[in-house]
Amino acid sequence: MSARENILGRIRTSLRRADGDGVAERVRAHLGAHALSPRPQITGDLGAHFREKALALSTSIADVADVHGVPSAVAAYLSLNQLPMGAVCWSALAGLDWVSHGVVMEARPARESDKVGVTEVFCAIAETGTLMTLSGADTPPVTSLLPETHIAVLHASQIVPAMEEAWQHLREMPDYPPRAVNFISGPSRTADIEQTLTFGAHGPYRVHVILVHS
Amino acid sequence: MQLTSHQFKARSREKLADANLQGALKKLQGNFVKGRADRVAELENFPAIRDAAAAIRARTLDHLDLYLEEFERNATARGAVVHWAGTTEDVNRIVCELAAKYDVKKAVKSKSMVSEECALNDALEAAGVQVVETDLGEYILQLAKEAPSHIVAPVVHKSKDQVSDLFADKHHLPRKTGIPELCKEAREQLRPHFVSADMGISGANFIIAETGSTLIVTNEGNGRMVTTLPRVHVAITGIEKVVPTLEDLSTLIRLLPRHGTGQTITNYISVTTGPRRAGDTDGPEHFHIILLDGGRTRLLGSDMQDMLRCIRCGACMNHCPVYQSVGGHAYGWVYPGPMGSILTPTYVGLENALDLPNASTLCNQCGVVCPVKIPLPDLMRKLREKQFEQGLKPKQETWGLTLWRWTAQRPRIYAMLTQIAARVLAVMGGSDKLIYNLPCGGGWTDGRDMPAPQGRTFRELYKASRITSTSRP
Repeated sequence: MSARENILGRIRTSLRRADGDGVAERVRAHLGAHALSPRPQITGDLGAHFREKALALSTSIADVADVHGVPSAVAAYLSLNQLPMGAVCWSALAGLDWVSHGVVMEARPARESDKVGVTEVFCAIAETGTLMTLSGADTPPVTSLLPETHIAVLHASQIVPAMEEAWQHLREMPDYPPRAVNFISGPSRTADIEQTLTFGAHGPYRVHVILVHS
Repeated sequence: MQLTSHQFKARSREKLADANLQGALKKLQGNFVKGRADRVAELENFPAIRDAAAAIRARTLDHLDLYLEEFERNATARGAVVHWAGTTEDVNRIVCELAAKYDVKKAVKSKSMVSEECALNDALEAAGVQVVETDLGEYILQLAKEAPSHIVAPVVHKSKDQVSDLFADKHHLPRKTGIPELCKEAREQLRPHFVSADMGISGANFIIAETGSTLIVTNEGNGRMVTTLPRVHVAITGIEKVVPTLEDLSTLIRLLPRHGTGQTITNYISVTTGPRRAGDTDGPEHFHIILLDGGRTRLLGSDMQDMLRCIRCGACMNHCPVYQSVGGHAYGWVYPGPMGSILTPTYVGLENALDLPNASTLCNQCGVVCPVKIPLPDLMRKLREKQFEQGLKPKQETWGLTLWRWTAQRPRIYAMLTQIAARVLAVMGGSDKLIYNLPCGGGWTDGRDMPAPQGRTFRELYKASRITSTSRP
């Protein structure tokens, strides 16, 4: 007998379950129902809730009226933090007018040497101030991971109350489930040495959200 | 990991005298204990969420075979390969075979306690594969050739100065003294490994039946690197980690970081489903998932089944007065604290960890803070009973209890013996009424003084008071 049959057999023996008592149907029903459990109620302005929680996680936020304001906001952030004016981005952002704001933008997956990565997000979660990104041919996860600075473009309409709503949206995607779903809650951190919080363990030192209101 | 649980008492004595460790353990209470309390207080319906979390875990265990099959079906449909491992040796064999198959020279690892159960690093190194731990704490331990002392903060027992010395020695760079500088040095040392590794090895905090996904929570981002950059990804986890739906997962995720580190959410939660897709420019080409039994099915259907609900947050150890005093190494295996006092004897044998179920005051701090409501003290008590039934208790203890049972059933003899004892102890107490050294009870009086009895037993006093009250007019 294979290890698989052994383990499953041991489980069935231990649980002393008879066949045909409707268990399989109940399991299938549970898997299909996607029932919600009790959870905190996120009431009021989702954007305000997201902002409060994201700032608490050391994510910084800049607001712009519409998507055309993104390049100037990126340029302002880079110069404020004395970062190089060059970055890589996801291809959907390549069409913005980066040149007139002095940003040298390349639409390609980040490499080890890139200092700044600019991405969009799939949605954001108000409950915890978290960004949710999906992997894909045009949305490589490395761009939010390898550079020391990650800038994320978030539309206010993409903010959902909690993880449960994010899953509902995800299930509507054509290639669901994607290879990778990454939830990002602020800059990379560690407290392994003497329980002292330090940013930039392996991932970005800085996470900056550009919140587009239109 | 090598089992040294039988040395619990000796190791505990050593750890109690370690000033460095004692300072670190004190700090842990401030951070993790207070952090949990604060984060839980933010949830106004926390009791309902906790009930739901416990119910999700219990229901899944009751149908474990069906959810595992569902997981396997969905993971396979997305191109992952699912392996089943009866023992930890099977895990090591499967990983070594995969390393050979894909011509792996170097593997990078994110933190996995299941791989510690297996002593996987030793097996891979024996097979000629270089293994690099990438969680900062685990990396420090790998350099120092030490075992983790906490499942969430593995290097909590080491001071900054010790890390400074270790890095200077191993990296051959000028000695750094600041913690940010030490973290940066580790980052710079480990980056090239991420980029050049052939295989990434991770654990899984949960596996999700409805999607066939594995999930890891991390703060550093090394988990994302390990599951994104190398061309082969191997995820290793226990069969009990399956969760039915993404909604069920959301409930557990609401509690895991709050109870583990006192965070609302960890920096990264990475859900991975299958290998890279057509057109993807990153992600592994091959994705293998190993599901370990390793003693878990023995708990199913037994009076220990509740323990399988554990989501490995570590709250039980953070709140345990025994862990807070002796730290993790004393427990002698992968899982310290109350969780380890149950997992170690049930996974590796009751006879190999006799002290652990007794290393508890049964104060129930662990039971109170457990996010999935595992009755940890009850389980430890049951293990003590099993030790007694199987004749594993020390002879001294068994004889002592037999003697006590004999006298307790004979009231006259019992009364006579207690009268003698009360008088002898009262004399021993002297003028300050404290006994500094109790014959045959040195273990008790070594650390504290025993208040001496007043000289007469309760029954004598009771009898005397009845005589006085009835003789009143």
